[in-house]
Amino acid sequence: MDQTTPTSIDLRAEYEESGVREVLDELDRELIGLAPVKQRIRETAALLLVDRARTRLGLSHETPTLHMSFTGNPGTGKTTVAQKMAGLLHRLGYVRKGHLVNVTRDDLVGQYIGHTAPKTKEVLKKAMGGVLFIDEAYYLYKPDNERDYGQEAIEILLQVMENNRDDLVVIMAGYADRMDRFFAANPGFRSRIAHHIDFPDYSDEELGRIAESMLDAQGYRFDPAAQAAMAEYVGLRRAQPHFANARSIRNALDRARLRQANRLFSQQGRVSADDLSTITEPDLRASRVFSGGLDPDGSRERERVQDLQYDNA
Amino acid sequence: MRNTQGCFSFLPDLTDEEITAQVEYCLSRDWAVGIEYTDEPHPRNIFWEMWGNPMFDLKDAKGVMMELDDCRKAHGDKYIRMNAFDSTRGFETVTMSFIVNRPKVEPEIIMRRTEVDGRSIRYTHEVAR
Repeated sequence: MDQTTPTSIDLRAEYEESGVREVLDELDRELIGLAPVKQRIRETAALLLVDRARTRLGLSHETPTLHMSFTGNPGTGKTTVAQKMAGLLHRLGYVRKGHLVNVTRDDLVGQYIGHTAPKTKEVLKKAMGGVLFIDEAYYLYKPDNERDYGQEAIEILLQVMENNRDDLVVIMAGYADRMDRFFAANPGFRSRIAHHIDFPDYSDEELGRIAESMLDAQGYRFDPAAQAAMAEYVGLRRAQPHFANARSIRNALDRARLRQANRLFSQQGRVSADDLSTITEPDLRASRVFSGGLDPDGSRERERVQDLQYDNA
Repeated sequence: MRNTQGCFSFLPDLTDEEITAQVEYCLSRDWAVGIEYTDEPHPRNIFWEMWGNPMFDLKDAKGVMMELDDCRKAHGDKYIRMNAFDSTRGFETVTMSFIVNRPKVEPEIIMRRTEVDGRSIRYTHEVAR
C-alpha cells in the first residue's frame, strides 16, 4: 500500500466530493432568511474543509473543537439548522454517524440522588458518533438552588466534551440573554465551545414567505385577499406576547386550516379540489390576533371582570 | 484452561478495534448490545451478572465501548461478555455472544467421576480455583 502523503490538495474538488456543497445548497434552498447564520455555517464549513486538508498533509493532528452554541428567540430555526449541521459534520468526517439526539433538561437531570449520572450517560451513549442537541440548555443550571442535580449533569457533559471530542459534538441552544448568563456562570462551557452562532428574528416579509412555503408543503395556498391578511397578521402577532417566529406562523396556519375545514363542512353543496386547497381571507380574519390579541394567561380577562365589578359597585 | 464459550473463542483474544467492529456489526443489524460479567465460567452457569441494562437505540459502538471500559475498571479480573439481542418479533433472543475480557489466570474446569449405585458412573464438572 502506498502511504506517501500528498503534497497538494485541490480544495474545490474536496468541496464537491465530500458532499458539503449539497448540504449548503439545501440549507440555502430550504431555509428562508437567516443570512448571517448561513454565512457563519459556510465559514465553519470552509474552516473544517481546510482543517481536514491540513490533517491530510500532515500539518495538524488535533481534532478541532466543534462544540457550538445556537442562540436566538424561539422559532428561529435552531433545531432545523442543528439537523443540517449534523449532516454537514458527517459529510466532512468529523462525526461518524451524523444523527441528531435532541434533549432538554428532563432527559439529562434525574429526580433523586444518584439518578442524574446514569441518565446523562445514557443520553451521551446514544449521542456517540453524532450530534447532541441540548435545547434550552440554560435550564441545566439553576443558581437559586445549590442542591440542584443540574450541576452534576453539567460536570459529566464538560468531561465528555473534553475527552470525547472526536466522538460527539454538542450543540447548546437557547435564548441569547439566558445563555449568556449560563455561560457566565459556567466558564467551562464558554472555553469548550468554539462556535457561537446567533439566530436573528425573521422579518415580516420573511415570515410571509415562510407561511407560503409551509402551506405549499401541505398542498394548500392562499387566495390574494388571504395573502394580504396574512401579512397583516404577522405584523400584529409580532407585537403580542409569546411570539415565536416561524412556530407562531405554523400554529396560525394550523388553526386557519381548521377553520377552513369547518367552513367547507358547514356550507351546502359539493366542493372542488380548488376549494379544498385554498385558505381564504375569513379563515385568517377569524383569528383572535385581529380582535385585540391573545390572552394566554387570562390576565386581561381578569382585569376586565374587575373593572366591571368596580363599575357596578 | 482457556474458556471457549461464545463466538470467536477459539481465536486469539479480540483487540478493542476488533470488538468495536463486531459491535458496529451488531448495531448495523439493530441488535441491542448488553454487557455481562462473571467469575464463574462453568458452562452450566447461564446467569451472568448484568453490567447495566442492554443498550437499545445506540447508533455508534463508542457508547458500548465506554461501558466496557467502565466494566473492565470494576471487574478487570473476571470474564466479561457481550450479548447482542435481536428484538425482531418471533426471534426476541440473544443472537450473538462473545467474550471480551478474561481473568489473568483462568480457572480449570475439572471432571469428577463418581460411582453410584450398581457401580454406574456419574460425571460432573466443577470449576477448580
